[in-house]
Amino acid sequence: MTTTTSEAPMTARERSLRVRLIPYIDRFGILFLVLVMLLIGTITQPDVFLTWRNLSNLPGQNAANAVLAIGMFVVILTAGIDLSVGSVLALAMMTTAVLARDGFPPLLLVPLPILIGMTVGLINGLGLTKLHLPHPFIVTLGTLNIARGVGNLVSGGVPVSGLPEIVRFWGAGSIPIGDVQIPVSLVIVALVYVGFFVFLQYTRTGRHIYAIGGNPQAARVSGINVDRTLILAYVLCGAMAGLAGLLVAGRTNSGFPNAGIGAELDAISAVIIGGASFFGGRGSVLGVLAGVLVIGLLRNILNLNNVQVFWQQVLIGVVIILAVSLDVIRRRAGSAGE
Amino acid sequence: MSQEQREVPVIEARGICKYFGAVTALEDVYLKLYRGEVLGVVGDNGAGKSTLMKILAGLYPPNAGQIFVDGKLVHFSSPRDAREMGIEMVYQDLALAGNLRIDENIFLGRERVRRFGPFQFINNAESLRRAKEHLDKLKIEVKSVRQRVEELSGGQRQAVAIARATAFDAKVVIMDEPTAALAVKEVRKVLDLIKDLKNHGIGVILISHRLDDIFYVCDRVMALFRGRNFAEAPLAETNRNEVIGWIMGNRSPVAQAAKIFDLN
Repeated sequence: MTTTTSEAPMTARERSLRVRLIPYIDRFGILFLVLVMLLIGTITQPDVFLTWRNLSNLPGQNAANAVLAIGMFVVILTAGIDLSVGSVLALAMMTTAVLARDGFPPLLLVPLPILIGMTVGLINGLGLTKLHLPHPFIVTLGTLNIARGVGNLVSGGVPVSGLPEIVRFWGAGSIPIGDVQIPVSLVIVALVYVGFFVFLQYTRTGRHIYAIGGNPQAARVSGINVDRTLILAYVLCGAMAGLAGLLVAGRTNSGFPNAGIGAELDAISAVIIGGASFFGGRGSVLGVLAGVLVIGLLRNILNLNNVQVFWQQVLIGVVIILAVSLDVIRRRAGSAGE
Repeated sequence: MSQEQREVPVIEARGICKYFGAVTALEDVYLKLYRGEVLGVVGDNGAGKSTLMKILAGLYPPNAGQIFVDGKLVHFSSPRDAREMGIEMVYQDLALAGNLRIDENIFLGRERVRRFGPFQFINNAESLRRAKEHLDKLKIEVKSVRQRVEELSGGQRQAVAIARATAFDAKVVIMDEPTAALAVKEVRKVLDLIKDLKNHGIGVILISHRLDDIFYVCDRVMALFRGRNFAEAPLAETNRNEVIGWIMGNRSPVAQAAKIFDLN
C-alpha cells in the first residue's frame, strides 16, 4: 500500500521525490510530453512550426492513425490486441476504389469501408470467443494476412486512382468557418473521440470493457456477457479501421494495396505512449489522443528539421520504451508493500 | 429444528450431481438453508464444497438434481439468473476488478443509470452515494468509495466483495473461505459482518476450513465427503472433534467418544 492517512508519518520511501511524483506523472506525464514537443517545435522552427499552414497538415496526416488508435484502445482495454487493422484499412480502401471505378453508387461508397471493417472485426471477435483461439494475437494475425490477401485479389494487386467527390470529401475536404478552412478529417476525429469518451466513461458496456480488462472472471460472475462485449470491442476496432481506410482513400484519391502496412504498430504505439496498459483495464481516451499527437508532432518536427525518416523510427521506438517504463514504475509503486 | 421444518427453505438443493469428465465432483447432494440461518459447510479439499456453491450461484449447471428458491423450482443458466433470484456468492478469489473504484465494483453488472430517450448513461453520483450508504449500513470503513480496489487491504477487499453481494436485497449469500487470506484482526470483522447479515434475515452459507469461524457464527454445520453428504447437525448438538472427524470421513469413534464423555 502506498496510500497513507494524513495522521501516519511518511516513510523515507514515501518522502522520496520519485515516489511522490508518480501520481502526477500518471495523470499529466503524457500531456507534459506534448507541451515539450510543441516547445521544441517552436524553438527549432520558429517561423514555420506554429503557422496554420503547418498545423493544418497535422489532422490530415494523423487522422487515420488517430482513428485506428482509438479502436485499438478499446481492444487493448480488454487486454486484447488487433493486428489486422492495417490490412483492414487496405481492404476497405481497395474495395471502395475498385467499386468506385466500376460505377457503384457513390453514396453507398461512404458506409461501405466501415461495414467491411466491422465484418472483419466480427470475424476477429467470433474467432476469439467462439473458436476459443488462445489469444487475440492468433486470430488477428490470421485476418491480417487474409484481409491483405483479399485486398490484393479485389484489385489484382494494382493501385486504383480517381474516386468520387463524396469519398474524397471525407479525407481531403474542408469546411470553411470564417476565414479558416477546418479539415473534415479533424471534425471526424473530434466526433469519434468524443463518442468513444462518452461510450467508455458513461455507458454500461464501456464500464464492462474496463472490468473485463481488469478481471474477466469478476466480469463473468457479475453477470456481464463477456463474449458479447469482447465481440463488440473487435467490431468497433474493425469499424475504425474501415473508417481509416475511407479517410486515406479520400486523402490520396486512390486505393493502393500496400496501404496501411505496419499501421497497426503505429496505432498500438499511440495507445501505449498514451498511458494505456498493455494488460488491459487502464488508460483514457485523452491519453490516446495525446499518444497520437506525440507521434504526429515528432514526425512533423523531425520533417521540418530535415531529419532522416529512419531517425524518426528510432525516436518513436525510444519514446515507446520510455513511456512504458513510466507505466512499469507506476505499477511497481502501486503494488509495493503487498 | 421443528420450527425450521415448518418453514420453507430459502434455498434448497435436491439430488445434485456434477461430473467433470470422468471425475465425480458431487453425487446426489442435498442442502437446505432457512432465512436468517448461517450454515457452515465443511469438508476436505476436493470434497465438492466449492463446486456445490458454484452450482447454487449459477456458475455451473448441475448434471442432475434440482434447486428450489422459496420452494419454487428454478434453473440458473448464469450467475445473472441466480443474482436476480437473490442468490449471491462471494468467491474465494473475491472476483473484484482491481482497476475499478469501490462503487464501480459494488454495482458491476448492475450499474445505476439515467435514461435519455433510448440511451442509458451511468449515474456516477448516485453510484457513489448508494455505495457509501451501503458500506455505512454494513459498518464497513474505507477512506473513500472512489478508491480503486487494488489500493485496499485484504480485509477491505473482502468487505467490498460482501458489500457487493448484499447491495441488492440478497436472500442468500454464499461465502467461499472468506477468512482464509485475512489477518487475525480482519477475520473477526468479517465474521461479525456475517452475523449482521443473519440479523437482517439473510441466509448465509459459509465454507471454511477454520472451525473457529464455523463455531463462532454458524447455526448448523454440514459435511461433504468425496462429493456426498456425510453428516449434518445443529451446532449445539455437535462439537469440534466430531466435525473434525466428519472432515476426515470418520463418523464413529471420535464422535461417539465425544458424546459419551460429553466434551461439548
